Amino acid sequence: MRKKLTLFILLGWILLLIGDRVDELRVYQGAQIAMYAIALSSIVLLTGYSGQVSLGNGAMMAVGGYAAALTLNNLGGPVWFAFVMAVFVSALFGAFLGAAAARLSGPYLAGTTLALAVGLPEIANQFDFLGGVPGLLFDVGFPPERLGEEFTQYKWFFWIATFLALLSLFITSNILQSRYGRTWRAIRSNSLAAELSGVHVGRMKILAFTISSAIAGLAGAVLAMTISLVAPGAYTLALSFALVTGAVLAGVSSLPGVVFGALILVAIPEVADVLATRWGGDENLNNYLPGLIVSVLLILSVIFTPNGPGEKLKSRHHKKG
Amino acid sequence: MQKLLETFLIGLSTGSIYALMSIALVLVWRSTRVVNFAQAGQAMLSTYIGFEIATRTEIFWLALIIAIAAGALVGAGVDYFFMRVLFKHAVSGPAAVVAPVIATLGLLGLVRSIVGLVWGGEFKSIKAPASTDGFTIGETTLPFSPLNLLIIVTVFIILIALAIIFQRTNLGLSLRASAYAPEIAQLAGIRTARTRTIGWAIAGGVGGVAGMLNTASNFLSPYSLDLLLVFGFIAAVIGGLESMVGSVVGALILGIALTFILNYVGTSLVFIGGFVVLIAVLLLKPDGIMARGKVRRA
Amino acid sequence: MSLNVSNLTVHHGAICALSQVSIAVPTGKLAAIIGANGAGKTTLLRTLSGLKTPTNGSIMWKGEKIAGIKPEALVRRGISHVSEGKSVIPELTVRENLELGAIWRRNAKESKESIDQVVSIFPRLGERLQQRADTLSGGERQMLAIGRAIMAKPQLLLLDEPSLGLAPLVVEQIFQTIRDLTTSMNLTVLLVEQNAMGALKIADLGIVLNLGKVVAMNHAQVLIDDPAVRAAYLGY
Repeated sequence: MRKKLTLFILLGWILLLIGDRVDELRVYQGAQIAMYAIALSSIVLLTGYSGQVSLGNGAMMAVGGYAAALTLNNLGGPVWFAFVMAVFVSALFGAFLGAAAARLSGPYLAGTTLALAVGLPEIANQFDFLGGVPGLLFDVGFPPERLGEEFTQYKWFFWIATFLALLSLFITSNILQSRYGRTWRAIRSNSLAAELSGVHVGRMKILAFTISSAIAGLAGAVLAMTISLVAPGAYTLALSFALVTGAVLAGVSSLPGVVFGALILVAIPEVADVLATRWGGDENLNNYLPGLIVSVLLILSVIFTPNGPGEKLKSRHHKKG
Repeated sequence: MQKLLETFLIGLSTGSIYALMSIALVLVWRSTRVVNFAQAGQAMLSTYIGFEIATRTEIFWLALIIAIAAGALVGAGVDYFFMRVLFKHAVSGPAAVVAPVIATLGLLGLVRSIVGLVWGGEFKSIKAPASTDGFTIGETTLPFSPLNLLIIVTVFIILIALAIIFQRTNLGLSLRASAYAPEIAQLAGIRTARTRTIGWAIAGGVGGVAGMLNTASNFLSPYSLDLLLVFGFIAAVIGGLESMVGSVVGALILGIALTFILNYVGTSLVFIGGFVVLIAVLLLKPDGIMARGKVRRA
Repeated sequence: MSLNVSNLTVHHGAICALSQVSIAVPTGKLAAIIGANGAGKTTLLRTLSGLKTPTNGSIMWKGEKIAGIKPEALVRRGISHVSEGKSVIPELTVRENLELGAIWRRNAKESKESIDQVVSIFPRLGERLQQRADTLSGGERQMLAIGRAIMAKPQLLLLDEPSLGLAPLVVEQIFQTIRDLTTSMNLTVLLVEQNAMGALKIADLGIVLNLGKVVAMNHAQVLIDDPAVRAAYLGY
């Protein structure tokens, strides 16, 4: 535990050093990677360890984002309080959803969470206090002055996002190695056997949903911070798609894999942009190439390495040995 | 009283489009044990093809038939070239159970991107085969239009055709047997793999009709069928996911319920209404309203 | 010899379920396959009908190699398998269950004739043609399962524990019908049974499996009289 904590602090220090040495765009992308890493770890926790698929993580993120913006805009208070509220409200939402979802299996859960991903932006559109289509502002403010004049806004985002990502990864990895993590794995591999040995399967599933949702909500608030607003257009079905893709690429049960998955998710629009420009830069190409790449990656990885590229290498190694 | 009646009728028309989508989902679920999220994508692709025919020939019914054929072809193709490959690679591990469902999601994204690349994101419309102006009784014009009536009739005819295929033909018997008990069907000499592909084709064709009818009363875009997919799924769940009759009943109930919410409460609660129905059914009657006794579970 | 199995080896994953099994059954004969649980009886039938692919060895049926061919293709070559546990489809009606067995022949008239034939063998099915199969009793379901197999006009009939869970009187009736069918239709029959005595009594020859190997193969009456077999499988 202490060793791991040292490792995470060291990692954070290295990241901050890197942040000082690259240009603004990369710093901003760093913040995005941190945001995706948080979001993906929430899926890893849910799918990889509890055997439940949620296709609606974009919706969970929306809950967190709106909670953060509403808190900051209406209650004021320090920025960190907005993030805490994002975690709290989405955990509550997750518990509620989990209570329904714990009784669902396979297709029902997948369909219900997908319905949520499609529907939640629609709902946000309909209510005035949620800002409708343009959404709500979410401004975490300028970086503190004592960090110096050189310290840019993007670097401030990067610091906050990285700190939160490391914190949530640290907590998640400890939860997964705890008694709860082991119980979730037991439920995943054989829920009946787990039930017979005295595990409250339903309660444990609700717990997984709650924690996963809390983490997703945090990611949603971080996303809102990087684009300075919350709006239905930020938490679309496409975001949920991208997250599922990232999770599959990360290997749904590998926590270190989430960084890899997050890196790819940030790289895809970049690559798509380069390709679209090279192939003539027409508007449709710009709009739909990223989605095409995401879908193709998702399909290929789910067919050929459903447990993540890491898993495949591991099993090869195993066979050789 | 009049408002009540017209809400009911429009709900019936909306619900009958949901019915087609939910039948398509149920057909695939029964034969393959996958909720095929790509159904929305398949329907979208067939509808865009129908749209091309409709704009060129201005004959809606020809476009509909071509869309059905395209949907069937795409459906069969998805099963033959995609699902079979997927199941061959089906491995153990944490993702094995979720792989098929995620794959259909990927396919939905793929079709959406391809459609976007070819046709762009702007809204397209298909000229409706009947007037969208409401019927007039005396002085008052109802919101219920000849198009609504035509949709109900078309769906009714398709449902009858499906019922005949499933209840009266050898193909239907093979489809049902392969869905209920693949091994026994195989031992009885049914070519189950081929039968499954035919099932996907029928689902694809039905989805094509859903897309065309939805577009005739609405518009078409790479995202326009997402809500139809969700409502089709909810309808299928109301019916228990196994029963075709159940899914039709579920779709009509859902269509009417949502139209009542729309007319009496307001647009803002339509989706929430649908979602509440879904959660309520899942919690109160998880095997669907048609469940009698024990139901096969996945 | 119409069915000739030699050196058949079948694995379930890493576990060897059948090892070097060789058996031969002449046309028109009824062979009872007996043995303890886990002896490989069901695996043998599932391999013969194509549900399982053998690791090694050959299966000759009417002079042709059939190992690895799919069940639906083997039905067309005259092999019908009634799998364990009353293999009927509960959601379908009795008539539909029967029709299912003849769909591949694509001949409505022959299908009707076969239904009449099955009804003449099992009159109780005739009274229940329009009912769903899940309304039938256990014995009736077994009749329906056998009836469905007969609809295919088989030459080789593979029966997996038709007596399972049935009342003694019904078992006797089913066994007698199997015996009669073998003779009247000149069928070759492989009958897997836990009820070893009942099966051997109606059989022409008996095959004893133990732990995936053939430990005895002889005329049924010889096995009944064999003290070792009596002690191990017949219980006295």
